[in-house]
Amino acid sequence: MTLAITDLKVTIGGKDVLRGVDLTLEAGRVHGLAGESGSGKTMTGLAVLGLLPHGSRVTGSVALEGRELLTLPAKELNEVRGGQVAMVFQDPATSLHPMLTVGRQLTEHMRHHLRVGKAEARERAVELLRKVRIPGPEEACRRYPHQFSGGMRQRIAIAVALACSPKVLIADEPTTALDVTVQAGVLRLLRGLCDELGLAVLLVTHDLGVMSAVADEVSVMKDGLVVETGPRSRVLREPDHPYTRTLLASLPDAEVS
Amino acid sequence: MRRDPLARKGLPARLPQAWRQPLAVSGVVIAAAWLVIAVAAPWLAPHDPLAQDLPRLAPPGPEHWFGTDQLGRDVLSRVMHGARVSIPLTMALVAMSLLIGGLLGACAGYFGRWVDETIMRLADLVFAFPTVILAMVVAAALGASLTNAVLAVLVVAWPAYARVTRGLVLGVREREFVLSGRLLGFSAWRSLRVDVLPNVTGPILVLATLDIGTALLLLSGLSFLGLGAKPPSPEWGAMVSSGVEVFDSWWVATFPGLAILTVVLAFNFLGDTLRDALDPRTARAIKERAL
Repeated sequence: MTLAITDLKVTIGGKDVLRGVDLTLEAGRVHGLAGESGSGKTMTGLAVLGLLPHGSRVTGSVALEGRELLTLPAKELNEVRGGQVAMVFQDPATSLHPMLTVGRQLTEHMRHHLRVGKAEARERAVELLRKVRIPGPEEACRRYPHQFSGGMRQRIAIAVALACSPKVLIADEPTTALDVTVQAGVLRLLRGLCDELGLAVLLVTHDLGVMSAVADEVSVMKDGLVVETGPRSRVLREPDHPYTRTLLASLPDAEVS
Repeated sequence: MRRDPLARKGLPARLPQAWRQPLAVSGVVIAAAWLVIAVAAPWLAPHDPLAQDLPRLAPPGPEHWFGTDQLGRDVLSRVMHGARVSIPLTMALVAMSLLIGGLLGACAGYFGRWVDETIMRLADLVFAFPTVILAMVVAAALGASLTNAVLAVLVVAWPAYARVTRGLVLGVREREFVLSGRLLGFSAWRSLRVDVLPNVTGPILVLATLDIGTALLLLSGLSFLGLGAKPPSPEWGAMVSSGVEVFDSWWVATFPGLAILTVVLAFNFLGDTLRDALDPRTARAIKERAL
């Protein structure tokens, strides 16, 4: 068990956003988190890394290999962020710094967390870009994010997230902003990296098609609660909870494999 | 696809069009001329600005282009040397208020909550007073000298920068790459410095350029009122003030006044141009007009 979230509750300005979420992520497994907008999927991701909006209250427990993250002092939390838990966002157009080269964005936190030299960090950056299949990685390092297409940018964002070899990757709707063919590529990449590097991936998505393609386990959230958790095939084929059934039935062609 | 209008390549690509406008050209030319005069005044000026050995109140003529004042000093030389006093001080003043106001505003916008409340209420406090009067009060309290006048203007000038910076930082702070920077484990300071500040510098620089005129006006205003430069030093505001005493000899007050006017005008043109160049909407409008 790499990351264990137990009874996570978040209140923002008197409103209950999460009402007791339990999730467990394991190394080498992709855990899908589904649910409608506003059900607390993204909040779960942000709460794990302690980056909630001002004025929010968090209770419960988030343990990374037995280490409690919620009560960690800011300095140690900064070590965990990026170093052990990384996050990929929905829109790669906005999640990369527009004024820094790809190479700089890839190497800066690497040098910060791993304390490696400039040359070594650069080498690793090229290696990473190759791993996420960016053509011409050496040259790509010198370019800026706007010079890449959406799918390429998301690959770069994934490379940035993976640079310090984290144990947990939280992917918050990583394919929603991409078109379908690019989606498949990015998902295959995520799955491959998960198997290859033994990452624990939390894949947040509202797209059950995406879910069925890559997730090992599936959890369904509604109104800040996890209503159903189980292996993908069981949850998608024989859903227990009525809400999961509604969700499945609301798919345009109502068929999931 | 969303593009950040201020990002990277935009600046050099859009600059020429906006800089080719007549106002921009005249702004650049006048400002450059004044900078040259400020640097080369000791060599350019025909007389010693402090020497009182010329005929008193001589009208402008081939001998003394701008005439002489009531103490027999050459007005042209004094105006030229005045550039050495006013322009560097104004620039330093704007740079300092940019630094102080920008830093405070960035902290207020980025950290929010009590930091924001404290800094912005302080700024409101300064805003609540009329600028000139507050600057006068501060200068009078500190004692009349150029340094104190600069400090006084600094006290009233920083809140404008703080406000603008805070607003811009509030907008940028919510962008995802700032969040993702934090999630990569960088400290808040690094995030503010690397992720946020480069994205807000454009508009603030425009404000600073436009503010050079205002700051010069305020600084000479204080000198005019006797709260800035001490008598012998050739400062434009003080020269206008002494010229008012001999109103019949119009040249004593007019030429330093014209100096202030041209510098303020030139930097306002520069500021407008910079804004046009950095704002994609006006940049497009200029391009369309040009076609």
